[in-house]
Amino acid sequence: MRAVQILVDGFAISSLYGLAAVGFTLIFGVSGVLNLAHGGIMVVAAIVGWAAAGELGLGTYAGTLIGVAAGLAAAYATYLIVVRPIQRSRAIRPEETEIFVLTGTLLWGIMIQVGMAYLFSDNPITMRPLISGVVNVFGVRTPANEILIAVLAWAVIGLLWLLVNRTRTGKALLGASMNPRAVTLLGYELTQLYLVAWGIYGILAGMAGVLLASFLGVSTTNAGQLTASAFSIVVLGGLGSVSGSLIAAYVVGYLETMTAYLIAPTLRPIPSLILLVLVVYVRPQGLLGRR
Amino acid sequence: MALLRSRIVWIGAAVVLIAALLPFWLSAYLLGILTAAYYFGVFAMAWDLLFGFAGEVNFGPTFLIGLGAYTAAILNSTFGLPIPLCVIAAAFAAVAGGILLAVPALRLRGPYFGLVTLVAVLLLQNFVVIFASVTGGEIGMTVPDVLSIDASVNYWYALAFLVVCAVLLYGLSRSAVGLILQASGQDAVGAAALGFNVTKHKVAAFCVSALFSGTAGAMLIFYMGTASVDTVVDVAIAVQIIIAAVLGGRRTILGAALGAVFLIVANEFLRPLGQLNTFVVAAIALGVILFFPDGLLGYALHRGERE
Repeated sequence: MRAVQILVDGFAISSLYGLAAVGFTLIFGVSGVLNLAHGGIMVVAAIVGWAAAGELGLGTYAGTLIGVAAGLAAAYATYLIVVRPIQRSRAIRPEETEIFVLTGTLLWGIMIQVGMAYLFSDNPITMRPLISGVVNVFGVRTPANEILIAVLAWAVIGLLWLLVNRTRTGKALLGASMNPRAVTLLGYELTQLYLVAWGIYGILAGMAGVLLASFLGVSTTNAGQLTASAFSIVVLGGLGSVSGSLIAAYVVGYLETMTAYLIAPTLRPIPSLILLVLVVYVRPQGLLGRR
Repeated sequence: MALLRSRIVWIGAAVVLIAALLPFWLSAYLLGILTAAYYFGVFAMAWDLLFGFAGEVNFGPTFLIGLGAYTAAILNSTFGLPIPLCVIAAAFAAVAGGILLAVPALRLRGPYFGLVTLVAVLLLQNFVVIFASVTGGEIGMTVPDVLSIDASVNYWYALAFLVVCAVLLYGLSRSAVGLILQASGQDAVGAAALGFNVTKHKVAAFCVSALFSGTAGAMLIFYMGTASVDTVVDVAIAVQIIIAAVLGGRRTILGAALGAVFLIVANEFLRPLGQLNTFVVAAIALGVILFFPDGLLGYALHRGERE
């Protein structure tokens, strides 16, 4: 009984972790950017969606769409205001770009977090579930919303897979993550590809944010925690590897759920942190990392 | 170079002299802010030695600071050891932590190592909460002994500590060891090919950074009279240290201290803005990164060189 409960609950949270981490790893793979404003972007999507659905009275579905759009806008703002100027700056030496992007997005994330807390509130917000009702899964009463979230997350991940593997633009993106210079030589504009990648990332992070708001609830103070969990899932799976991130999302999601149910809810993050340190020691490239 | 160096010595001496006389003008409240800022300056300088010189992306300076602070606090409140012994023990505990961090640093690069340091902070934070009976958990613990109850005396302690640390760290960074560290941070293979023991120097850099971080952490809690996760371990504090060092200018050591003092004083002056003060400080720091990537002191020094 409890085992089934862990299986069901763990699945939903893991799918959300996966959705958030896939975007994070995509941006790293294509443009080499570790975006520490990730949690901030999710929070923007969640809070704007919640405000549109509740305060403006547009309903849950319109709110969800507006939230995702806000996530997209926040991702583009991050790229155009912070990441691109740093990458193009002549005063920053190429070998130092990485640390500047890290510091810059970190500051930007703090600005987003504080700005959202100022404009809205720093109380936890919860969106109304997309669908109501309770479903019986192998004897466990599960909110239908939880199942819908898992299904939606996987549908989006499936779409992303089709986009990357079956369309020209997607293949160009894949190429850019392997060898940017070769893609340029084939006549693709890297700037355009980066814009596409950040757009996809914005939609993924936005969806993850809105769905998280309707599942567990989100507050602006969560932004750092959300970034840290996406970062650790992505490193555990191997930076730049999408399938690695998905596997790692399930490992972390289930490990956390098991700890919370079987040992104590307060110890929730600890086993996955220790696992992360061990994996990084033994296999620095992560589970499925290329190098 | 000799000219620049002597100029820095003179300017430094003048700044220290003025700073030492401040208690005769400033209120106890402002002195308290500056006292905390000076300890913060030591944190930022110790971080700059690891990041600016050894090239290690350390997201978790508060792991070392927290180890030192909590070691000192527990020894003082549970076993009643006197302050100097506690500070020395704190230094040893932090150096042990530094060696613990140095082991992965030798195997991992860039973001991977950065994540390990971040995880180290989160683990320390969780352990403090779990062993609440010893550490006071989320509420924090009260330290029975304090350095002094007089604001001016506390201020002079902090200033003296900052000056000693600044002289030692700045001297180290300008010495042959500092140059070797810088070389191995920028090109480890090249430095090794020149016959330098990169491993030994990196471990040494971690130990030195940990020594200063841990001692400063212990001094800070004996100034405040309390040790809590929010003041010495939290990731937010680590972020502030990183911002301070980048703001002041990497690879300058002294810039990190300036950045820390600037950051804390700016935070205080912007307090009327309420919630928005963090926003403004982060925006200023972002602006500095985008437009003056060498930081405040770095920018000033470069202009000096060009003239």
